[in-house]
Amino acid sequence: MGKTITEKIFDSHHRDNPAGETVVLDIDVVMCHEITTPIAINDLLERGMDRVFDASKIKAVIDHVTPSKDSKTATQSKIIRDWAKRHKIKDFFDIDANGVCHALFPEKGFIRPGYTVIMGDSHTCTHGAFGAFAAGVGTTDLEVGILKGVCSFRKPATIKITISGTLQTGVYAKDVILHIIKTLTVKGATDKIIEFVGPVVDAMSMESRMTLCNMAIEAGGTCGVCMPDRVTAEYLWPHIQSDYATIDQAVEEFRKWHSDANAAYAQTIDFDVSDLSPQVTYGYKPDEVKNISDMSDTIVDQVYIGSCTNGRIEDLREAAKILKGKTIDPNVRGIMSPATPLVYSQAMKEGIIETFMSAGFCVTNPTCGACLGMSNGVLAEGEVCASTTNRNFNGRMGKGGMVHLMSPLSAAAAAVTGRITDPRKLL
Amino acid sequence: MKMFGGSCIFLDRNDINTDEIIPAKYLTENSKLALKPYILEDLKLDGFDPQSDELRQARVIVTRQNFGCGSSREHAVWVFEVNDINVVIASSFARIFRQNMFNCGMLALELSEADIDTLMTERPATLDIDLQNSLITSKDTNAIQFTFTLNGFDRDLVASGGWLAYADKNY
Repeated sequence: MGKTITEKIFDSHHRDNPAGETVVLDIDVVMCHEITTPIAINDLLERGMDRVFDASKIKAVIDHVTPSKDSKTATQSKIIRDWAKRHKIKDFFDIDANGVCHALFPEKGFIRPGYTVIMGDSHTCTHGAFGAFAAGVGTTDLEVGILKGVCSFRKPATIKITISGTLQTGVYAKDVILHIIKTLTVKGATDKIIEFVGPVVDAMSMESRMTLCNMAIEAGGTCGVCMPDRVTAEYLWPHIQSDYATIDQAVEEFRKWHSDANAAYAQTIDFDVSDLSPQVTYGYKPDEVKNISDMSDTIVDQVYIGSCTNGRIEDLREAAKILKGKTIDPNVRGIMSPATPLVYSQAMKEGIIETFMSAGFCVTNPTCGACLGMSNGVLAEGEVCASTTNRNFNGRMGKGGMVHLMSPLSAAAAAVTGRITDPRKLL
Repeated sequence: MKMFGGSCIFLDRNDINTDEIIPAKYLTENSKLALKPYILEDLKLDGFDPQSDELRQARVIVTRQNFGCGSSREHAVWVFEVNDINVVIASSFARIFRQNMFNCGMLALELSEADIDTLMTERPATLDIDLQNSLITSKDTNAIQFTFTLNGFDRDLVASGGWLAYADKNY
């Protein structure tokens, strides 16, 4: 019997098999941000265990509330900043260089096929797009990761999702993943890996693959994963060129992290996405998903384009296609947050920032702020937001607010018309 | 080891998420105790009052499927811990929440949906948790008793007082 990519990664990182189906893995990258890490840092300090297992394997960023909005968030930032300095954590990103963790860390080249990655953030599954095992964990797991470089997991089963067909113009990776979550439901992949394969995935950019994997957790998945290939190697090339003679060689070596043809799966699902139309959520759960044309009477107060799901350059380019030469509805507040400083500067060079601002958007610095109602962009009671983020829980972007998840193209269309709109009408 | 069992509160809904357990706006706190007043503040459940005496007295939560889905925030476990709720009984849990419970030396116990249906119908005032014999028993009506299974590793975590103590000893 062959093995899945995740089984191969588990085998190569095996540290211990303490009991039953649980395994303890060695971790290649421990990622930290200023919301879930400071309590771990303080706890280690109080226990006299203020150590790190390997400063070069720890990456840290201040991204959720930046610049700090009050004394409490300033304190959180100070705790992680002082800690990074104390332990000489070279890859620490503060206000001069910070961006949304799951966009920033891949961009910096911190992920490799076959890696194990943990972070105190549920959307860590994003990094599976590189053929890695990447899982969100709580603060105690993070604490142990920082101290010992290990983490425990139950042996996960894998759901293989084959995506075939041809995506229509105006239909995007976000629409595909919303449709998949609708099918799996919010608990359909609990304790499982979602493996995304097939011609549509092969043709996707790394940005789109990250969008797919980012939302694996919304179906309960431990991690989303794509097979590392030429697209992966090209994305990583600036960071790996000293390790491989050519891109071809990197592509060849990455093949060892592919699932075997005769690997065993808990479930296999095939989607032909040729007929898929733009999707949108309508309730408080990410599996409450409809065709966007069925929601076209919904008036929106705010549009948010950004986040670890859809704040990358590809996302902004797509949205700008709709916004170019237009102004947004006067009753809509448009907010755009490029996910990283690099995305921001690229968007400036390409005139995308100009397009957003001319259309009437407020452009913020890179931050997670609005997505989880922690910083700028919070909704008032009864307000409705068309958002490119990944969660529509009750109160997520502010108490009493309603969030409709959709693609950047669909969010831009909602900004222009003031209501949820099939973006294909505006192309 | 923590003491387990006591007064129950019933959250009769599937998919209760971490934002409902503790909203993100309180994640700026750097102490577990500071979370105490905000427990389940945004829970969307008919008739539920986060300020009720019933919740203040609760030591055990009984709920349904996929409890704790969403964010990785361990604050969702700590807000129970600082309110002296150390047991959640559900028909299933989201992975990160379940792991966070055991990592803190607390119990996330899974029962079948039929057993949860019985608990939701009978609504016992208190439940005893016998960890050694893997039994959940109602003090009010002896008729209600359920057996749970606990992964050996999770059992070790609870006995060790959590993952940090376990990992420090073993790795």
